[in-house]
Amino acid sequence: MAETVSIKPGPALAAATKAGIEPRGAKPRRTLSGRNIMLYGTLAVAALYYLLPLYVMVVTSLKGMPEIRLGNIFSPPLEVTFEPWAKAWATACTGLNCDGLSRGFWNSVRITVPSTLISILVASVNGYALANWKFKGADLFFTILIVGAFIPYQVMIYPIVIVLRELGIYGTLTGLIIVHTIFGMPILTLLFRNYFSSLPEELFKAARIDGAGFWQIYFRIMLPMSLPIFVVAMILQITGIWNDFLFGVVFTRPEYYPMTVQLNNIVNSVQGVKEYNVNMAATLLTGAVPLIVYFVSGRLFVRGIAAGAVKG
Amino acid sequence: MQKSVSIKDLSLSFGAVNVLENLNLDIGEGEFLVLLGSSGCGKSTLLNCIAGLLEPTGGQIFIKNKNVTWEEPKDRGIGMVFQSYALYPQMTVEKNLSFGLQVAKMPKAEIDKRVARAAEILQIGPLLKRKPSELSGGQRQRVAIGRALVRDVDVFLFDEPLSNLDAKLRSELRVEIKRLHQSLKNTMVYVTHDQIEALTLADRIAIMKSGVIQQLADPNTIYNAPKNMFVAGFIGSPSMNFLRGEIVEKGGKPIFVANGVDFALDGYAAGEPLQAGRKVVLGVRPEHVKVNEDGPGADHHQATVDIEEPMGADNLLWLKHAGHTMSVRVAGARRFKPGTAVKLSFDMGLASLFDAGTEERI
Amino acid sequence: MTGQAHTGRPSKLLRNLSSKIASIPMMLTAVVIFLGGTVWTVIYSFTNSKLLPRAKFVGFDQYERLWSAPRWIVSIENLAIYGIFTLIFSLVVGFLLAALMDQKIRFENTFRTIFLYPFALSFIVTGLVWQWILNPEFGVQSVVRSLGWTSFTFDPLYNSDIVIYGVLIAGLWQGTGLVMCLLLAGLRGIDEDIWKAARVDGIPMWKTYLFIVIPMMRPVFITTLVIIASGIVKVYDLVVAQTSGGPGISSEVPAKYVYDYMFQAQNLGQGFAASTMMLLTVAIIIIPWAYLEFGGRKRG
Repeated sequence: MAETVSIKPGPALAAATKAGIEPRGAKPRRTLSGRNIMLYGTLAVAALYYLLPLYVMVVTSLKGMPEIRLGNIFSPPLEVTFEPWAKAWATACTGLNCDGLSRGFWNSVRITVPSTLISILVASVNGYALANWKFKGADLFFTILIVGAFIPYQVMIYPIVIVLRELGIYGTLTGLIIVHTIFGMPILTLLFRNYFSSLPEELFKAARIDGAGFWQIYFRIMLPMSLPIFVVAMILQITGIWNDFLFGVVFTRPEYYPMTVQLNNIVNSVQGVKEYNVNMAATLLTGAVPLIVYFVSGRLFVRGIAAGAVKG
Repeated sequence: MQKSVSIKDLSLSFGAVNVLENLNLDIGEGEFLVLLGSSGCGKSTLLNCIAGLLEPTGGQIFIKNKNVTWEEPKDRGIGMVFQSYALYPQMTVEKNLSFGLQVAKMPKAEIDKRVARAAEILQIGPLLKRKPSELSGGQRQRVAIGRALVRDVDVFLFDEPLSNLDAKLRSELRVEIKRLHQSLKNTMVYVTHDQIEALTLADRIAIMKSGVIQQLADPNTIYNAPKNMFVAGFIGSPSMNFLRGEIVEKGGKPIFVANGVDFALDGYAAGEPLQAGRKVVLGVRPEHVKVNEDGPGADHHQATVDIEEPMGADNLLWLKHAGHTMSVRVAGARRFKPGTAVKLSFDMGLASLFDAGTEERI
Repeated sequence: MTGQAHTGRPSKLLRNLSSKIASIPMMLTAVVIFLGGTVWTVIYSFTNSKLLPRAKFVGFDQYERLWSAPRWIVSIENLAIYGIFTLIFSLVVGFLLAALMDQKIRFENTFRTIFLYPFALSFIVTGLVWQWILNPEFGVQSVVRSLGWTSFTFDPLYNSDIVIYGVLIAGLWQGTGLVMCLLLAGLRGIDEDIWKAARVDGIPMWKTYLFIVIPMMRPVFITTLVIIASGIVKVYDLVVAQTSGGPGISSEVPAKYVYDYMFQAQNLGQGFAASTMMLLTVAIIIIPWAYLEFGGRKRG
């Protein structure tokens, strides 16, 4: 899976994270010793546990309701039907509308794309400023930013509601994009600051001797050298923003609800008969985007969450 | 000599730490000045101040009689070569060379002309279309020098440019830099911790310690007449032998006595009268001690060979003499078994005397 | 930046101007939102704000009401149970998996992909799929019963005594892969010579892990602990999707309490007080950690 992307990591980043990703040592010998049976047996059982929900989602979504009522959730479908998928996408009802998930999907696209781009732009320039053009007091703001990453969102959402309302953008997509930019800032700034700091300082000095200024160095020297870290940041942001529920429900009006909120409203809607196959199809559809990002990006995803989790 | 770079009362501190304190230095037009010292002595800091990459806390810097203390690096007429080469990895050699000129919005024809000239001087013409990752260490450093060359600057600044190269390449490029200086005749300021580079390249060497220039002189003076014990001990490998003792009056003449052994001081040009009873340190370089040769004082300097280190051209002997361990360099062909008794003689004209308290040369 | 030939020291404010401009979003976020917002919420938790914030201060009234509300007590209990078990299980299971993965196994990439994919999914998706698996009518309970064990009972989501454990199962499924990944990175950071030395000295593998490797990984464990812990306090979407806090109020959590009071019950004061308590909880976790991480280092 990781081999499908061919992005060369920067040397510093590769060195920093390689240890956590690459298997080490000689190729294991193929022996059927008791130790190996234990080892692979345990891993296989664990793997089954982790795969089970995905399997259940898939088979449930391909069955008709009568079959679900009769059979057990683990049995494969006797008769494959894609109707639940179609219904989940186009006509499933929340308490408010019967547009299915499609509305939420397009809202999520409209939220995720600009939020990802803007948050990365803001944070990368900021991280670059912190790494290479430090000014007095910069560290103080940065410390507040990082400490702020640990504050529960619930503490800050109402003040943000007030600020957005004053700006006249409460309930709009713009407002939500700003919120995602704000809450993505600590981790992304940290990520970029650490990355730019890890680049040789002499490169920056050489560019200054060559007469390049703040933006010229950013766009012409730093940016082209930092593509891997931008990919990592994009993975981090796309999955994070796509999976967000709280901000979507707090900061947007129902017509802009993202896919997660729409999904929850469809599945947990109290009206009508529960259609488990439609629910599972809808759940899979919502999980599809981050799953695709995950499977395509492979190792970069691991690096992204490691970067997001452990400060570099 | 016309002044090229002039530094007046330069100070720089990071918080409470003073890295440079009231430093004064004049560098002549076309001079090759080496800033020499161990890491943390402030030599790179000083270079970065000249380049404009660090802001001094106080003092002024003049280049070509213009006060550039607050100028941007690009406006100072300097080019800089770094230890890690600092080539832009995503650009070809050609782009690396022309980047600064492009930023300065120079016409393309002029850029091409200058790049071609630099490539010719440095013999990197065939490499122009390559990326830095496809070059060897020596080639990269040539490109880095070329980047300073194209900008047609008054002053070249080198920050340990050869430290990342292996020993063989280092000596090759050292010669090239010297040749470059001889043909371009630019002012060059060169930071290194390698005394061989300093001695071979410099017109003058400034030896630094704790942000202060200990001695500023031509290599010969630095080597043969070090101003204090730090300079004496820093230059030369193995280090100068130091013998602690005092001045004693004998036969109407001052002589040096250490651990009961007398050293006649005939031939030493002291800068001040040598008073009896003064505690001093005698410094003798390993190659200035003669073994088993006739000469003044040879008769009563008895020593025993402790360890022998044959090094090909030379043979390094560690001797027990007058209660000290003394290193002596002899020709490689002269071999001594450990335990051999030898006679030593000293050429006082090449020795140094230091005050034991101030450690300054007498 | 100005490019003029000036000999005097340039103005302090204008120096590094581009850098300062680029940092404006960070400064605003740090000061207005993170600092200002937090202080504002704490201050307004001492008011009797209802539908709109009003600066009418009522002392600790909101807190008294909060701590006498059964729903809040249940929320705190649930958070404690969920938190303790999440910490224990995700660290133990995560470390075991990481240790197994570190045995130079084949298919390491495949296994890692499998263990980690749930982390890519949202809590909403996680909650909904486990809601379905734990559905007593069709899920695990009915499958086991259909195998012949007719008295088998496993209906956590419909039993208010154990509902929080149902949430726990889902939470662990989603998050353990991350813990495994972090700890595996920590294991790989251990110098391989340590392993060689232990083997030469004849120390059994489990002892090497227990007495040498785990103590060496202390910083990784602490960081992982902080990440898990701050995630626990924020747990919200999972409960909303999986149980909606039910049955009754038996799976309520503090974050949901805050949201419901702020945006549905229109009792802002309660919401502020509850969120301030959440802040306090995080502070209790973070401050000792920050002290250990940064305070100790300065001294040492």
